[in-house]
Amino acid sequence: MTFDVARVRADFPILSREVNGHPLVYLDSANTSQKPRQVLDAMRAHQEQYNGNVSRSVHTLGTESTTAYEDARAKIAAFIGAPSPDEVVFTKNSTEAINLVAYTSADFLKLGPGDEIVVSEMEHHSNLVPWQLLCQRTGATLRWFGVTDEGRLDESSLGELVNERTKLVSIVHMSNILGTINDPARIIARAHEVGALVMLDCSQSVPHLPLDVVELGADFIAFTGHKMLGPTGIGVLWGRAALLEAMPPFLAGGSTIETVTMGGTTFAPPPARFEGGTPPITEAIGLGAAVDYLTALGMENIHRHEQEITAYALKALADVPGLRVFGPGTPEGRGGTVSFEVEGVHPHDVGQILDDLGVEVRVGHHCARPVCARFGVPAMTRASFYLYTTTDEIDALARGLEQVRKVFA
Amino acid sequence: MIDQLYQEIILDHYKHPHGKGLRAPFGGEAHHVNPTCGDEVTFRVAVDGVTLKDISYDGVGCSISQASASVLYELLQGRTVEEAAPVQEAFVALMQSRGQIEPDEEVLGDGVAFAGVARYPARVKCALLPWMAFKDAAARAGVGVSPEVKTA
Repeated sequence: MTFDVARVRADFPILSREVNGHPLVYLDSANTSQKPRQVLDAMRAHQEQYNGNVSRSVHTLGTESTTAYEDARAKIAAFIGAPSPDEVVFTKNSTEAINLVAYTSADFLKLGPGDEIVVSEMEHHSNLVPWQLLCQRTGATLRWFGVTDEGRLDESSLGELVNERTKLVSIVHMSNILGTINDPARIIARAHEVGALVMLDCSQSVPHLPLDVVELGADFIAFTGHKMLGPTGIGVLWGRAALLEAMPPFLAGGSTIETVTMGGTTFAPPPARFEGGTPPITEAIGLGAAVDYLTALGMENIHRHEQEITAYALKALADVPGLRVFGPGTPEGRGGTVSFEVEGVHPHDVGQILDDLGVEVRVGHHCARPVCARFGVPAMTRASFYLYTTTDEIDALARGLEQVRKVFA
Repeated sequence: MIDQLYQEIILDHYKHPHGKGLRAPFGGEAHHVNPTCGDEVTFRVAVDGVTLKDISYDGVGCSISQASASVLYELLQGRTVEEAAPVQEAFVALMQSRGQIEPDEEVLGDGVAFAGVARYPARVKCALLPWMAFKDAAARAGVGVSPEVKTA
């Protein structure tokens, strides 16, 4: 089946708008993706036709709402190959999913001085700062993998870095700034050899690649709805059932409990144990619809389309004088997120001039300041692609960059 | 519209900044960052009696923030504390005006070129970054010369 990008684009109402008098060229999907009509319709239908609170009503609306919420969980479980929907915990976003593990692990891993947590220099701040805080609280030591000049994880010291003191390794699956897709197989094998757990930040990979948690072999993954055609306010923690069973509640409250007396509380099994308070019901249903949309198109097809766009973009950017790409220079082992610098022009200025031409890119340190420091720049300009990105849009980016060079010549 | 943002005066100050580079002696120093974009600037202020004897700075950032630092130096270097206050007030007011104020060239000199920046809310912070750092450095040097700077 050939991938019909024009047909895909027709499902996204926002893609037909203009920005500053130019057709919108949206190249910021790594930041947040746009939403197809099917997702917007599903959320509207919930609000208009069967809105009720979940897991606590005997009435029809509440029952329908609960069914839709749990159906969404099952769809997401199937989408990532989870053995059971009970391994899918709804959170607010990836950040909350990572924090859930970081906070509870102090207890269930009995962390203390002498223990080690391992991350990498490639992490988004949300997969770095929670572990820094955890180490501060427990006296454990934070260690990290470096990044090579090509923008890949430096695994040369794997055997020493992940050792019998290591309790947990948390690594990004696909970098939000370099576009690098890490193959975590060796790290996971080594971690499990020494009895450490592995968490993967899949915020950028689940939206773009076929992914199966059983094949992947990690113990936890985190991802977020709004980067995969779903709404904001809904994210996912997937964890192995036995681990979730052993973990204490994170944000306790209604829904998380089994029995409550004034003297004490026993807690519900996962996933309810981790879903305190009324959850983002409409958002979960929206994410379920997003997963339906992606599944219907096929993640293999989406990935192939993005690989083609990425190859085209890397070639187009290589032709822009004075432009330097950070991260892998070929599409192999990288996704459709490309960061670069234009010699002598600050990313803020690059982004401003591109916006004037309707081209929306992200500029700044992309919540990955250590990566910018690693490559000796205060900030980068990032173009990121998705299933609706076209080669025409890459051409518009290249033309925009010519304009940037003209203004700052 | 973009031409109003990137006026020649701003690009000139960006490419050829005036007074850039940290100098000693100084009475106060302040380092400010814009956490969303990573722009950084350090200002030093040396006061002699009532005069801002030397204002020196260094930083990395976009054309707007770096040009703004250069213009600040041009406007305030060697002025008295009393003369500097209305200039600062005028610049901050201009930046917070959302493009509704006609700037006075008598007061703001090359600073009038920043009138276009006020129409880009995301860039107002860039323009104000040096002025906030200067304000703190001046306070640490023992002078209070500026109005409250609000960037939210």
